[in-house]
Amino acid sequence: MDKLIVSPSPHIHTKTTTRVLMRDVVIALLPAAIVSVVFYGWDALLVLGVSVVSCVLLEYLITRYLLKRPSTVGDLSAVVTGMLLALNLPTATPWWVVFIGALVAIGIAKMTFGGLGQNVFNPALVGRVFLLVSFPTYMTHWEIPKGLFGVDAVTGATPLGIIKEGLMQGSTIPDLMAQHGYTYSQMLLANLGGSAGEACAIAILAGFVYLLIRKVIKPWITLSILGTVAATSCIFWLADPARFTDPLFNLLTGGILLGSCFMATDYVTSPMNTKGGILFGVGIGFITMMIRYFGSYPDGISFAILIMNATVPLLNIWFHQKKYGRA
Amino acid sequence: MARRTFSIGGIHPADGKISRECAIKALPLPATVHIALSQHLGAPAKPLVAAGDKVKVGQPIAEPAGFVSAFIHSSVSGTVKGILPCQDLSGNRQNCIEIAVEGDEWLETIDRSDTLVTDIPEDAKGIVEKIRLGGVVGLGGATFPTHVKLSLPPGKKCEMLIINGCECEPYLTSDFRTLLEKGEQVVVGAALLKQALGADQATIAIEDNKPEAIDHIQRIVGQMRAKNPKYAGIEVLPLVKKYPAGGEKQLIDAVMRRQVRSGGLPIDVGAVVQNVCTALAVYDAVQKNKPLIDNSVTVTGECFPKQANLLVRVGTPLRAIVDYLGGIPEEAAKIISGGPMMGKAVANLDAPTLKGTGGLLFLTNKQTKRMPESHCIRCGKCADACPMGLEPFLLYRLAKAGNMEALEENAAQDCVQCGCCLYTCPAGIPLLDLIRQARSQVMGIIKARAAK
Amino acid sequence: MTSTIIWTVVIITVLGLLLALVLYLVAQRFKVEEDPRVEEVENALPGANCGGCGFAGCHAFAEAAVKAPDLDSHYCPVGGNDVMKKMAEILGYEVREKAPMIAVVRCNGTCEARPRINEYDGIQLCSVKAELYAGDTGCSFGCLGCGDCVAVCRFDAIRMDPSTGLPVVDQEKCTACGACVKACPKRIIELRAKGPRGMRVVVSCANQDKGPVAKKACANACIGCGICFKTCTHGAIVFENNLAYIDFNKCKLCRECEAVCPTDAIHGINFPKPLDKPAVKARIRERQKKAREAVGEPKKMEEKNNG
Repeated sequence: MDKLIVSPSPHIHTKTTTRVLMRDVVIALLPAAIVSVVFYGWDALLVLGVSVVSCVLLEYLITRYLLKRPSTVGDLSAVVTGMLLALNLPTATPWWVVFIGALVAIGIAKMTFGGLGQNVFNPALVGRVFLLVSFPTYMTHWEIPKGLFGVDAVTGATPLGIIKEGLMQGSTIPDLMAQHGYTYSQMLLANLGGSAGEACAIAILAGFVYLLIRKVIKPWITLSILGTVAATSCIFWLADPARFTDPLFNLLTGGILLGSCFMATDYVTSPMNTKGGILFGVGIGFITMMIRYFGSYPDGISFAILIMNATVPLLNIWFHQKKYGRA
Repeated sequence: MARRTFSIGGIHPADGKISRECAIKALPLPATVHIALSQHLGAPAKPLVAAGDKVKVGQPIAEPAGFVSAFIHSSVSGTVKGILPCQDLSGNRQNCIEIAVEGDEWLETIDRSDTLVTDIPEDAKGIVEKIRLGGVVGLGGATFPTHVKLSLPPGKKCEMLIINGCECEPYLTSDFRTLLEKGEQVVVGAALLKQALGADQATIAIEDNKPEAIDHIQRIVGQMRAKNPKYAGIEVLPLVKKYPAGGEKQLIDAVMRRQVRSGGLPIDVGAVVQNVCTALAVYDAVQKNKPLIDNSVTVTGECFPKQANLLVRVGTPLRAIVDYLGGIPEEAAKIISGGPMMGKAVANLDAPTLKGTGGLLFLTNKQTKRMPESHCIRCGKCADACPMGLEPFLLYRLAKAGNMEALEENAAQDCVQCGCCLYTCPAGIPLLDLIRQARSQVMGIIKARAAK
Repeated sequence: MTSTIIWTVVIITVLGLLLALVLYLVAQRFKVEEDPRVEEVENALPGANCGGCGFAGCHAFAEAAVKAPDLDSHYCPVGGNDVMKKMAEILGYEVREKAPMIAVVRCNGTCEARPRINEYDGIQLCSVKAELYAGDTGCSFGCLGCGDCVAVCRFDAIRMDPSTGLPVVDQEKCTACGACVKACPKRIIELRAKGPRGMRVVVSCANQDKGPVAKKACANACIGCGICFKTCTHGAIVFENNLAYIDFNKCKLCRECEAVCPTDAIHGINFPKPLDKPAVKARIRERQKKAREAVGEPKKMEEKNNG
């Protein structure tokens, strides 16, 4: 006993620090990351490695030498950003493109706003969308899963891309589905091509369940996105099954699961309370479906989340939780 | 039986009740006691003795100086050394009556036998007066004079008396031990309070981490009800273990499913809440003529070699308690008077105990040292934890900006200082430190406005 | 192509004119009539909006000053006499000169002199710390060291000295707005007359404990011995609650109190030469001897003051 500590109450604190929360998110992302490496081989590992290392390194360099503050890499949020960015990129992305993505994510989307907690937009998504509009060739250069020890890299389009293409050429959806032999079980277990993290729906859901059990996130945002996607696509699909894809197809393909489980639930860029969160999710789901059905990009979840990110400050002002003893 | 809990927020800190097996033992008398004149909410009491006077145990030594104030009695027998300012546990000076202890001679009027007196007098006013003369104050933390709480404002009716046996603060076990060892007295005390209030129902609420106490009290209540109709309407209600179940507003919400409106009193929804130890003090004061001169104090902590629940005379120096149990352990970094969530850190161990002192907790550096503050990650965990449904992250920001109107709009004045927000913040932001200050500023503004 | 450009230019121009008209009409509609002198006065003010005058800002001060019958109860501490003269000219009032003031920290409990007896682990705000307890040193009157005064200063005129743990006022920058005085929960900062060429003598302590208690808590504390009070020939020292205080209106800057203070709690500031303690003490002895001889009293005080 040296000198007694004196402080205002409370005198005990939770062990769940920012670092612990971020570590849990990293753990939750591991299944998706591992599956992507297993399906897409060393390319996926390279993208993942380059992304995580450059995010952490960039954050360290920016905080220490540009902002002259103590480094914040210890909170592991840069690792999370790096993993999310990697899982959102095609596995064939060249390392220098990944690095540029990390630079935009950390340097522009995160640190210019003041670092963790201050940014308006999800850094990983800003990085991804920047690459999507700047390097469209690389960003739509999808590899078909070839396994860890596969030799030839085969490239092709994602189901969403194929359908968009096909519809523009006048085919109908049942034809296209039959032509490419897509089944729902295949979608659930992967092997359809897409970005690294979209490889396997089961892996993403496993991570999501882990986050729920650890009470890192609450399910409302994710459920409201998935619900809105299902409802919106159901209406359109029932109206015209030849032109509009069905709900299950929409839930299982593209970035919907990855986005709704890990990107939209990002603490910093999502609303603080449940009511706001549900509206936020509805917005994301609806915008995603509008882009999928009527936009020029095959998938719209990234854009939808970024657009809704901008509404978060407003949602936080509009919605408050119920207070004790007040109407 | 249905388990109930309050409807908003709450947290689950580790229980830490490692002293639960320790029976209450009396602490040997210290050589000197310092009895503070301000041990209750409200005006400090006016001394009735002067230096050189001989006093006996239980003799009134200070009288109330106003409506919201209380009698103070000598907890020892001996000679009054003087009335002088001495440092309280936070190092601030408070006027105290210093008494040198000589023997242990009690006032003859006090019934010191163990016989249980279960008869409940008809006269409600008489009960309240005896409580007033006994210097009983709320022992749940706020030390609000009990007789004031029992004097209902005109036109208000108490439907439900709630006896608070939650002891939701981690580590503390003095209420639990009191329930186990003085269960009968507590139940009689509850019946007395019920009679004084004219309430039809009384609920003894106990958290379900104390199943022995729930069973014990249920059995006693059953026996009493069978014997005496005055005990009808007393129930035992187990509550889910969740902090702060023992908060007055949360308890009313859990037991009655009613919420006290902002700025209102529990009686507005027909409730009066009293602590278990207060019920015991009421029993002593009314049935035994014994004023409030001692209370049970839990002395505990993982780093503390001996766990104990001690019966301590009011005014005993904290150091006497610690020395009796072997002194401050080497690893202890903080000593807390009360529980870890709402207790006060001790800056001066020579300070005397007060009527409301319920625990002395030793925490290590690792257990208590705050983590360095980092940026808010907007996780909203503080808002989820707040049992009042407030948004601590927002209040903190507004308090930093000094925006009083917005603070009032967002109900900073409703804060109950339970500490859930600061406990739960993953970024280590000192939310409550600043909100507590903002709360009193907003309350000041509201009061000033009402006075106009 | 040409027509497109022409049309664009025309439409944008018309739109611009229309909006300008709307803006003009709105401005007219919501125009606030104001005494033109308010603006003049406001322009003369420093424009720091510090609130040192007691009003919400420079504009509020200007409004109040224009309405007031004289300037006796209105004073801009930041602008000082120059600004007040300008204001008086604009408004046609008389103005009385005030001695320039400065903030003075009445604590010299440095880290060495005033050892910490516990460790504070809450938010670094003096106001919160003061509310919680007496402080992390034995002295419950002294500086808490969290820098609330630094945070409120709009002129960057006060900073914490890490070696002493005490705030230091920058004499050039301090405008005596009084923000730090209000912010300090221990009330140890006060506004004092700057003094001729900045020279002033202050008791750098606010401890009201009895001598031994104060001394135990802080080596530099005023122990309430009263020697300065007895020594002062100008009646400038107020002595109550075991604490000496120098009335700056009466102080003649003779520095005798500074020389006799046993704990060096009295500080002379901005004097050109360091204090020659033995010489001043000798002077005091001489004077006291003479005084005693005049009254015919045997020596008694002398030994006391020699220590």
